[in-house]
Amino acid sequence: MSSVLFDVPGPRARLRHRLYAALTIVVVAGLIGFVLYRFAATGQFEGKKWSWLEYVNIQLSLVDALLNTLKAFGLGAVFALVFGAVFAAGQLSDHKIIRVPSMLVVELFRAVPLVVLIFVFHYGVSPGPPLYSVVLGLTLYNGSVLAEVFRAGVLSLPRGQSEAAYAVGMRKTQVMTNVLLPQAVRAMLPAIISQLVVLLKDTALGFLITYDELLDFARDIGSYFEFGRPLIPVTIVVAALYISMCLLLTWLATYLEKRSRRDKKVIELEKNPAEDVVAAAV
Amino acid sequence: MDVLLDNLDLYGPGFLNTVELFLISAVGSLVLGTILAMLRVAPVPVMRAIGTTYVTLIRNTPLTLVFFFFALAFPLLEIVNADTFGGSAASYYFSAALMALILYTAAFVCEVVRSGINTVPVGQAEASRALGLTFGQMLGSVVLPQATRAVVPPMMSTMIALLKNTTIAAGFSVFQAGSISLNLSERGENQLIGLLWVAAFFIVLVIPMTLLQRSLEKRWSIAR
Repeated sequence: MSSVLFDVPGPRARLRHRLYAALTIVVVAGLIGFVLYRFAATGQFEGKKWSWLEYVNIQLSLVDALLNTLKAFGLGAVFALVFGAVFAAGQLSDHKIIRVPSMLVVELFRAVPLVVLIFVFHYGVSPGPPLYSVVLGLTLYNGSVLAEVFRAGVLSLPRGQSEAAYAVGMRKTQVMTNVLLPQAVRAMLPAIISQLVVLLKDTALGFLITYDELLDFARDIGSYFEFGRPLIPVTIVVAALYISMCLLLTWLATYLEKRSRRDKKVIELEKNPAEDVVAAAV
Repeated sequence: MDVLLDNLDLYGPGFLNTVELFLISAVGSLVLGTILAMLRVAPVPVMRAIGTTYVTLIRNTPLTLVFFFFALAFPLLEIVNADTFGGSAASYYFSAALMALILYTAAFVCEVVRSGINTVPVGQAEASRALGLTFGQMLGSVVLPQATRAVVPPMMSTMIALLKNTTIAAGFSVFQAGSISLNLSERGENQLIGLLWVAAFFIVLVIPMTLLQRSLEKRWSIAR
């Protein structure tokens, strides 16, 4: 196998690669070993620091925290998708009076950091419990990014699609809802789901305004002296939860992408616009 | 306007700290991200596996959690003593924020660099090898010039995201743009107006960068 940078290795290169592999393993094993040693030396593996996992009350509050995270994610995702669809349609409108304000709104909310947006709602407007501010912030920011995703999807479709639809006598709205949007959503599905992963990760910002989600749970349990302040064990558990939830979503995206490749209803685009938009998903 | 002018002593240092956080972590994440990208395209499978594992783990962790770990949990491991970071609590939190931002952003930088290298067709490298160019010549005169075109626009998006992400430090005792409003409330100022000024500053900083990024993307995508 020849890659861009390297030719197929010959016998001497293979030997050298084995040497590099051994060196890498030594360095990385050393790093991991050092971290594990620090964990052991500061008593992170002691039973006491993990015993909180055995208490039913704590288990229940962990489930509560997880559900709160998922609640913020679910509400944020639904509202963001609606917001994105509406403003994508607005940006694609033929009327300047709709198009320009929609573009301004989308640019504005993409430029303001999500933390500042959430703070504006929580400390500035204070619409109610922290959940409201978190969901509002997530909706406006991710909805604006999704609007761009939808718009890029519609624009990437071959012009023949809308021309044919107009030729059979469809109206503008029909062309959009019956022809363009369904195809755009299929083409952009990977990008849409990556943005939902970003949204899921951003629910952790609720921690900054004391929304009782997973990180807030971690801080609470981590401060218990009875368990020897198990901040590190709790962080490991919470991180594992976040990573598995995000990976599940990512796998869903890959699965859908594979399935759509078999599906004949999806138009093969020369260059998938999804890649450009996803690059910005940090 | 009054909220801004009366509290310039907060806004000035706040935004200076944001810029400082941004510049240091931008350099750090570009360096670390490039090293990770080298691991991910290396001909040695172990190196690729390590790069992939790092990127997968970090990309699926919320940045807030990384901040949480470095600000609160990391000191418990006693790997470094407090004096290493200048001794004071404020300087420790600043370094913790830097570590979090660098380690997190590096994963995204790595992906941008890697996909940039992958956009160069294999034939380009094969042709240059056939001409007898050395590895360095091939990299310097054939692969990198082409990869740069594909790397710079998405890298700018990543850096814009980094600039916005510095505000998360507000939750972890670092004084910067995101935490201005928290100090304003102590002075009894109107928080909404104070926060809108912060948002306005970010819009002024980010929108020109976004416009530049888009124009680069358009100009360079045609050239290939």
